[in-house]
Amino acid sequence: MTVRVQEGDFDVGAELDRLTKGNKRIGGLAVFVGLVREMHVREGLHRDRIDALTLEHYPGMTEKALVDIEAEANRRWPLEATLIVHRYGRMEAGDRIVLVAVGSPHREAAFEACEFLVDWLKTKAPFWKLEETPAGDKWVGAHDGDDAAAARWEKKSQ
Amino acid sequence: MKVRYFAWMKRTVGMADEEVAPPAEVKTVGDLVVWLRGRSTGHAEALAEGAAFGAAVDQRTATFDVPIGGAREVAFFPPFTGG
Repeated sequence: MTVRVQEGDFDVGAELDRLTKGNKRIGGLAVFVGLVREMHVREGLHRDRIDALTLEHYPGMTEKALVDIEAEANRRWPLEATLIVHRYGRMEAGDRIVLVAVGSPHREAAFEACEFLVDWLKTKAPFWKLEETPAGDKWVGAHDGDDAAAARWEKKSQ
Repeated sequence: MKVRYFAWMKRTVGMADEEVAPPAEVKTVGDLVVWLRGRSTGHAEALAEGAAFGAAVDQRTATFDVPIGGAREVAFFPPFTGG
């Protein structure tokens, strides 16, 4: 179980090698890599492109929240290895922003736990996106879709 | 006790954090919100009734009924938008 919050980029291949090295019980590794997406916003009649954002976080609480989420995944599924690497600071479109990797003897648990981790970290870890637009910086509002995705897993927890 | 503000709330309040010493009758997160509103118009706006914000006590997510006695740090922030 590893959680890291960092400003710099990460090397997906090197991270996965380190995660699985020496553990021959892992039969499947599910990986999610989140990227900064190029977006368009409407400002009156104009459509402007956003190609950078700054991710603010709450140092200390962020790490605790990610450790809690990771522990919850380990309670729900038989996992051999879990990794969450989340970046903060300024990132441009196309940059990697988050890495979630889950290793399990079988693929079903790996896929499900990986999806669970991504859904929960979006709504339970203290990160805030500030988008750079031609009209100035703008804080992003919470997505109802993200809450609904996270809530699916609340129903499954017994 | 240290109070911290994040994202747009930091701008509205006009500071990232402050040391406060609320009176003894301020017992919960909700009490603290009401008390902080009186400190400035920025506080009143950021912590207004109906504004969408959450709280943490000593870096753990907390609802407004959570006691703050003995807490070192209370934080207020908008809904999370990470990932």
